[in-house]
Amino acid sequence: MVQDAPLLRLRGLRHSIGGRSIVDIDDWQLDRHRHALLLGPSGSGKTSLINIICGLVTPVAGDVEIAGERMTGQPAAARDDLRRRTIGLVFQTLRLVSALTVRENLLLAQRIGRRLQDPADVDRLIDLAGLSHRAHGRPRELSQGEGQRIAIARALVTRPALLIADEPTSALDDGNAARMMDLLFESAEATGATLLVATHDARIRDRFGQRLQLGALT
Amino acid sequence: MNMFSLTLAYLRDRKLATLLNILLLTLGVATLVLLRIFSSQLESRMDRDAQGIDLVVGAKGSPMQLILSSVFHIDAPTGNVPLETVDLLRQQATVRQAIPLALGDNFRGFRIVGTEPAYVDLYGGSLADGRLFAKPMEAVIGSDVATGTGAGLGQRFSGSHGLGEGGHVHDATPFVVVGRLKPTGTVLDRLILTPVESVWEAHGIAHEHEAHEHDAHDNDAHEHEAHEHDAHDHDAHEHEAHDHEAHSESGNSARDAGAATELKPEVTAVLVQYRSALGAVQLPGFINRQTSLQAAVPAVELARVLSLVGIGLDTMRVLALLQMLTAGLSIFVALYGSLQRRQGDMALLRVIGASRAQVFGQVMLEGLLLAAAGAVLGLLLGHSVIGIAQIFFPELHELGISALHVDPAEMLIVLGALGLGLLAALLPAIQVYRTDLAQTLAEAQ
Repeated sequence: MVQDAPLLRLRGLRHSIGGRSIVDIDDWQLDRHRHALLLGPSGSGKTSLINIICGLVTPVAGDVEIAGERMTGQPAAARDDLRRRTIGLVFQTLRLVSALTVRENLLLAQRIGRRLQDPADVDRLIDLAGLSHRAHGRPRELSQGEGQRIAIARALVTRPALLIADEPTSALDDGNAARMMDLLFESAEATGATLLVATHDARIRDRFGQRLQLGALT
Repeated sequence: MNMFSLTLAYLRDRKLATLLNILLLTLGVATLVLLRIFSSQLESRMDRDAQGIDLVVGAKGSPMQLILSSVFHIDAPTGNVPLETVDLLRQQATVRQAIPLALGDNFRGFRIVGTEPAYVDLYGGSLADGRLFAKPMEAVIGSDVATGTGAGLGQRFSGSHGLGEGGHVHDATPFVVVGRLKPTGTVLDRLILTPVESVWEAHGIAHEHEAHEHDAHDNDAHEHEAHEHDAHDHDAHEHEAHDHEAHSESGNSARDAGAATELKPEVTAVLVQYRSALGAVQLPGFINRQTSLQAAVPAVELARVLSLVGIGLDTMRVLALLQMLTAGLSIFVALYGSLQRRQGDMALLRVIGASRAQVFGQVMLEGLLLAAAGAVLGLLLGHSVIGIAQIFFPELHELGISALHVDPAEMLIVLGALGLGLLAALLPAIQVYRTDLAQTLAEAQ
């Protein structure tokens, strides 16, 4: 990881599905601690771009660099490794492993992502998400909002430099959406992560200084 | 928390399916283990029991019956042969050793065998305490007899007529225990050995005590002889088909003639060891030409017994293997179904940083753990069933089948079960390995 390189750099990035161009970015970068919003309506290619950034999808053309390391053009195992070391992902619905408790989920994620066990850090993050009372509960016992909060804690337990959240507030009411964003910023602050939030939710636009617009103009 | 804990969590998460999978495999493994224990212990016990016996000479009848009764002591004898048969055999140049056996009575189900000290040597038996029998009515007991009856040195007991429990008791001619043998792992352990003359005396047959110095006893024996045969009529007891019928018939004819003393000393069988391979060529034919004798080769009859038993065992083995395959299929179905439901979980693990190899390994581990649980429980169940069966069927013990003996082939059964678990998990694991992560994430969202 190169410390003075931009945390994320996209150059000449092109991607299309079924002949339809869905990603077309000449040059864009995200610096550390400058949280950014990835904006666009449904179907504008936000999820595809996230998959390309995470190395899950190979773009038609262009480069993706994470902290100076190339994600594109690498073998799958190298991409997996770079993702493991640098990126935390928060999905809208896919949050935790169903067979494990909340705390076990975080311990497993920590073990896989950082290859260490630090239960105290896990408990701190659960506490930060305000879910200490749910630590030993199963994922199915959590409410929508609780599920999203613990998904953030799970993504941060690996101490990623880049925390990508895909539509974290779309399914939440105004109050919960605001609290979710508060939690994202607070947790990112606490762990030193930089946020890249993909959304079509207009309620949270004003909280970000940097934006990357995809698809139709807003 | 690691992939192993995660695997256990998944197994716990679908308890019923997990338990059913394990149960199926347990039953398959237990059946195979049972069959293995049964066949291998039976075979090795029979081999040990037949060791050093090249030929058995007895009354005409079924050669297998002769071998079963005289070598393995698990069937009724074919009848008796004249005592002169022993001398006839000993005169043959091809015979190294001829050991007479006189059967007919038991004590609490343990057979009383009239024989010579050479019979103990045949099985490498040695005394735990006391001494070998020297006179009629002295008995040396095998280790299982000592354990089963609790008899110690000096213990007096009376044999019961017949080879199973419940026959007429020869109260007038009690035996005395003069020695106890160490365990040999052979048929010797469950026999009561005594001079051949003891058996004759117990049944009131006149004989000469050639080498024994027991004049007083001799007189007693002759008194007993007259008294004994007056006291009990063998026919009246409805004896089964065993050597005693031979006694009975001769006894009847003797009584018909009005003289019990006309009963001739007989033996039930003679165990023969050849001096050279030439014996195998000459002796059986020579014996079989004698009108009242037959020669049976233990190795031949043993092979017949094992092949007869083997057909049944093979059939059961095929059924057990089918059961194992069913268990493997059940593990496959459970894993396949479970993975369809947790594709999102697998994708999440990959996103967190688990490699393809790790998620592949996790699924394989699930199959392996199910198989390992089934294999271990199957082993325990197999041995437990033998142990419990021994309580209800003492015959198993007589066949030398022990619950505590572990056969090396059982490890092969365990390895087979583990292999089956891995094979059942392989296809689901490959499917997980090849999963298109982006597509799965898109579908799971």
